[in-house]
This record gives sequence, structure tokens and C-alpha cells, in this order.
Amino acid sequence: MRVALFIACFNDTLFPATGRATVALLERLGHEVDFPEEQTCCGQLHFNTGYARDAVPLVRRMVDAFDGADVVVCPSASCTGMVRDHYRGLAELAGDAGLARAVDELVPRVYELTELLTGELGLEDVGAHYPHRVTYHPTCHGLRGLGLGDAPLRLLRAVGGIDLVELPDATECCGFGGTFAVKNADTSIAMLASKVKAVLDTGAEVVTAADNSCLMQIGGALSRQRTGVRAVHMAEILASTEQEQAA
Amino acid sequence: MSPAMPRVRVVAPGAMPERPFPDAAREALDDSQMRRNLGHATTTIRDKRAKVVAELPDWEQLRDAGAAIKDRALLSLDEQLERLEETVTAAGGTVHWARDGGEANEIVTGLVKDSGADEVVKVKSIATDEIGLNEALEAAGIGAVETDLAELIIQLAGDVPSHILVPAIHLNRAEIRDVFARELGAEDLTDDPSALAEVARRHLRRKFLEARVGVSGANFAVAETGTVCVVESEGNGRMCTTLPEVLITVMGIEKVLASFRHLEVMLALLPRSSTGERMNPYTSLWTGVTEGDGPREFHLVLLDNGRTQALADTTGLQALRCIRCSACLNVCPVYSRTGGHSYGSVYPGPIGAILTPQLVGVENASSLPYASSLCGACYEVCPVKIDIPSVLVDLRRQVVDEQRSRPGVRAKVDPERRAMEGLARAFSSRRGYETLQRAGRLAQRPLVRGRDRIGALPGPLAGWTAARDLPLMPDQTFREWWRSRR
Repeated sequence: MRVALFIACFNDTLFPATGRATVALLERLGHEVDFPEEQTCCGQLHFNTGYARDAVPLVRRMVDAFDGADVVVCPSASCTGMVRDHYRGLAELAGDAGLARAVDELVPRVYELTELLTGELGLEDVGAHYPHRVTYHPTCHGLRGLGLGDAPLRLLRAVGGIDLVELPDATECCGFGGTFAVKNADTSIAMLASKVKAVLDTGAEVVTAADNSCLMQIGGALSRQRTGVRAVHMAEILASTEQEQAA
Repeated sequence: MSPAMPRVRVVAPGAMPERPFPDAAREALDDSQMRRNLGHATTTIRDKRAKVVAELPDWEQLRDAGAAIKDRALLSLDEQLERLEETVTAAGGTVHWARDGGEANEIVTGLVKDSGADEVVKVKSIATDEIGLNEALEAAGIGAVETDLAELIIQLAGDVPSHILVPAIHLNRAEIRDVFARELGAEDLTDDPSALAEVARRHLRRKFLEARVGVSGANFAVAETGTVCVVESEGNGRMCTTLPEVLITVMGIEKVLASFRHLEVMLALLPRSSTGERMNPYTSLWTGVTEGDGPREFHLVLLDNGRTQALADTTGLQALRCIRCSACLNVCPVYSRTGGHSYGSVYPGPIGAILTPQLVGVENASSLPYASSLCGACYEVCPVKIDIPSVLVDLRRQVVDEQRSRPGVRAKVDPERRAMEGLARAFSSRRGYETLQRAGRLAQRPLVRGRDRIGALPGPLAGWTAARDLPLMPDQTFREWWRSRR
């Protein structure tokens, strides 16, 4: 399968390892990866902060960048949700019927990474090896937005050598929420405190999720508190192999 | 209202936040006692709700039906309200129309004065809190006695409700004991719940028997039959609706349902979502007046107070579906930490964050749509399927649009606005985006702490680094790596 990678600007800029892992994983599974370089930001930052009108040109840009791609994959649940759930409304806000049609064509071809793996590709065991104690945080956009269900967990359970431990109160928000983390920093930090406590209670070495944004929030506190626990994106775990571990 | 009379307040005093949410929340977060009380109470109700909802295999269909029933009434609101006026009038009641809180308060005050009473007993009602009815009555020399146990506690404590269903949720037994001991002269009172309830019962029983006027809100009103419905747990509400000679109900116009059969769905949704019960203990339904049974006079005050304005778009339409169950409060990770008072309105929590700005205008509550991480837990439990996160985001757009429409330089130099517009411009071309990536890598250098992270950010971003490190932008972006591998 030929897959176009929608990296998400956040991953591109701050977490390129997640992008490299996504490419490595898909290529290992025998797929061909494309990276349309005209893509920039999906507009989620603007849309969620109230600058919906400024997001409209970014919607146009995304639609153009992925025009002609059969399958688009994104290692971010929230950016996938942005395209799937909000692009149509933005096209309507702009009163642009042509854009609305283009959005309707794009949306069914866009998949979040774990969704593509377990759904379209019908996989659970992707041949990964990751000998660490790991706990999984289902991000709000993955859980309630995309309805990923236990797809990410099924993928993780099949990873060789992994010691997967359950996160208490897993479905509760980590407190990131985009600009919420800054505009309501005190509340965000209070929410984060509960999440960090839950992660530490598991005794895990690694907390993982399908969104680097939430992992930046959780990881930011884990780093500040010098806990030694790392926040690692799902793609990086799924891309790991025994050879790599040995090397 | 005569033109000479000054209109004191156009918008509802009870729904108008006095300060921005982040400021109020910061203070509330320091109150560890309140957070413990709230955490305990919301977790208990949340678990009860989840259990009784899981019993119904058709819960999702019930939610769809609930949303459809409310939408039907709201989309034909003018028709439904006129029909309600007809049926209530035919059953011997009198209908009054109030454009805003001021008018509603005037109508109620006038009715109480006409009855010759100087005290009313009240059923728990948020609509009357919204318009500040108690204060208006008091100003006219009329005492208003709250009879819902929690509302009574709040009234005696001189406090304001912090939860839609459980107004005194922020207080614990010991604090309630102190209020009762002080206000009801029960010094040797213990904090045993039955002892507390007994003191309140003795106090209220006398009030019920003396009262000549009862004031209530309404959970539902049926246009088809003219029936008004109040659901409650204690039975004190029914005392107020049956014992006095005069009953006055103040009802937000969005409470109307088209048909009596619709109650079947709403009464299945409400108690399960609200108290986590299959059915609430007391459901009172009355239609006008009945000779020899209950009040001799019934007045229904239909309150607009910003509702028709909210109805103007689909966002507002959704918010007006709300049946005040408070399930969204109990699952909200923001509410459970900041408490209800931080929202500065009688409508707290996620529903308050969307309802309040629409009732008082987004410009008067511009921080509330941002008082959410958009986690979606509220939408998941809402019995009438209000997509609260989407409504919040649309209200944020309205806040920004409103700020942009303001004349003058100040709006133009707002740092957030300039940053957002700058980013949008940069992101609209590949070159701009890649230039910004490179610039960011250079700009972060002075902020680096240790080897690999940023420990302190300047200006409005400092909130991030108050408790969180920020990872550094690596030397190579993903796209640079991609190009290098070709």
C-alpha cells in the first residue's frame, strides 16, 4: 500500500523521532511511504483557540497537499480528529462549497496510525520488540473523539518483551488541551498532577500515547520532577525491533 | 414597565461572572478542603450514574430521543409556548411573559404583594437564582425561604450554589453543622446527617404550614396539556406546590415539551443522569388549578432572559436542550478541581461554560468558553447529547470575532491575536513554515536548561514552565530528515 504521511506540525518540529518511527514501521510492514512536503499545520491550534477563520486557509492547504493520496496516515489522534470532525464545518464557515466537496473526498482517506494498523491493515502483531515496563494513556481525542477503543492496547499487547501495566483512571484528561495548558495553567497543572501520580503508581518506565501533545504535558512534569519515567509515542514502541534493541 | 422606571440590570445578576475564570480558579485550587469535598461527592454520583445507565440496553437510543424531543420543541418554540399559554389558561392558570429577569422579578413581586403575603416558600429553582428573585423579593420586603435542604444551607450560610443539583456540594457535614448551629440556634447539634436533617425539618415544617405563596421552577412543561412537572428527592418541593393558596412557577421558555408522551423519555433520562437513580422519589405534575385540591391560584411566568437570542444559531439551540441534570459537572476534570464558584454563574461546569456566555453575551463571559480542555467527557454523558466541546469551540470563535470587531488599537495589538495571525500567515506557505521552524531553533537557545530541555518560558507562556519542562526542538526536523534520506 502507498501511504501518504500527515506528520502534524508538532511532530515535524518537536518530535521528529515519531515521524521517523512511523516511516520505519510502515516500511517494515511492506508499505511505501510518501511525504507531501507542501503540508504545514492542520489548523487545530487556531480552530480550538477561537481563530477558526484563520484556520480556513490551512484547511485549503491540507486538502491540496493530500490531493490524490489514496491513504493518509497521521501519528496524532487529535490532528486526525481535526480533519475528520471539523474540516467540514470550517468549509461551511467559509461558505466555500468547493472546499466542502474536497473535504468530503479527503476525510474518508485519513487514518490515525493505530486505526490504520488495526483496521485497514488488520494487524495486531507488527513484529515489534520493546523490553520495558509500559503504561498506556488513552488521549481524549483518541478515546472519545476518534473512538479508537482498545486498538492501541491490542497493538501494545502484541509487542514482544513488553510489560504492559494498566494506568489507573486512564480515561481522565491529562490537562493539556492545547492553549488551555497556558491560558488556564493552574487548572491544567492540577489535572496533570493526578495523571502523573497515576503514572508513577504503575511503576512503569515509559508512558505512551497516540498523541505527542499529551505526552509533552505528562512528560514535561515527569522531567521537571526528575522521575526518570519517559514519555514515548506509540509509533516509536511499535517501530522498535529486537535487532535494534541489541544494537 | 413604564418608560420612566430605570432598568437596573439588563442581564441576569446570577449568571454574570464578575472576574475571569483563570483568576477565580487559581484561588479555588488552593482550597484543599473544597477539593476533597468535591472530589468525594462527584466520584460518588458519577459511579452511581454509570451503574444505572449501564442497566438500560437502549440508553443511546434514549439519548437520541431526548435530543430530538428537545429540538422539536425548540425549533417550534413560538408555537409551543402559545399552545402552553392556551392550555394553562384553560385549566384555570394565568400565564405571564417576562422578557428578562427584571420583568420576571417585577411580576412575581406584584403577585406576592397582591396575595398579601410577606413570605414565600421556594422549591429549588436555578431560573429564580439566575434572575436574583430572592434579592428582588427581599428589596420589596418579602422573605423568600429556600426549602430544598441544600438550598437552605446555602441561604443560611449566605453562600452561593456551586453545583446545579447539589448546591452545597462544596461544603462538608462539619461545615453544615456550624451553619445550622449558628443560624437555627441549635448549639449542641452533631454532624450526624439525620440530626442535621431533623433540625432542618423542624425549621421548614413551620414555614410550610404558614406559607400562603409557593414559588417554584419547572423541569418540564407540556404544551399539549398545560401540565407543569417538577422532579425532586426530598418532598419539600411538593409541600410548596400543594400547601400554599397561591403557586407561582418561573420557567425558562426552553423547558417546554410538545407532548405529554415526551415525559416518558425525559423522566427516564433525567434521574439516571442526575442523581444516579432509576426514578427520583417525588415527581409532581399539575395542570392549572383544581377545585378543593392544592393552590387556588396558579401563575406561570415564562422567562426569556437571553434565551431567544441564544436560539438564533445551532450552537445556542444545543445549549438550550439542557435539562439541568448536572452529569457533565460530575465527570468534568476541570469542575472537580476548580469547583462551581470559579464559573461565576448559577450555571457552573461545562454546561455553564456554554450556557452563561449565551445568556449574558460572550463579551461578558469571554473566559468561560476557554475553561475546558475539550476532553469530551461531558458530551459522552449528556442525556440530550449536547456536543459541549464543539459548542465551546464555536463560542471561542464568537469571542475572537467579537474582539476583532472592536474599534481601536488595543484589540489590534493583543499579543495572542498577533501571534495567532502571524502563525497562520507563516503556516500558509511551505517556505514560511520552514523558516519559522529554523527561527524557532535559534530562538530557543537562550532558554535551554541543562542539556535537553527548556525550564522557563517568557511572557504569557510562563504558565507552561511553572510545573513542566519543555523539550527542545531537535537539530533536525522530520522534513529535514526526510529530505536527507532521499
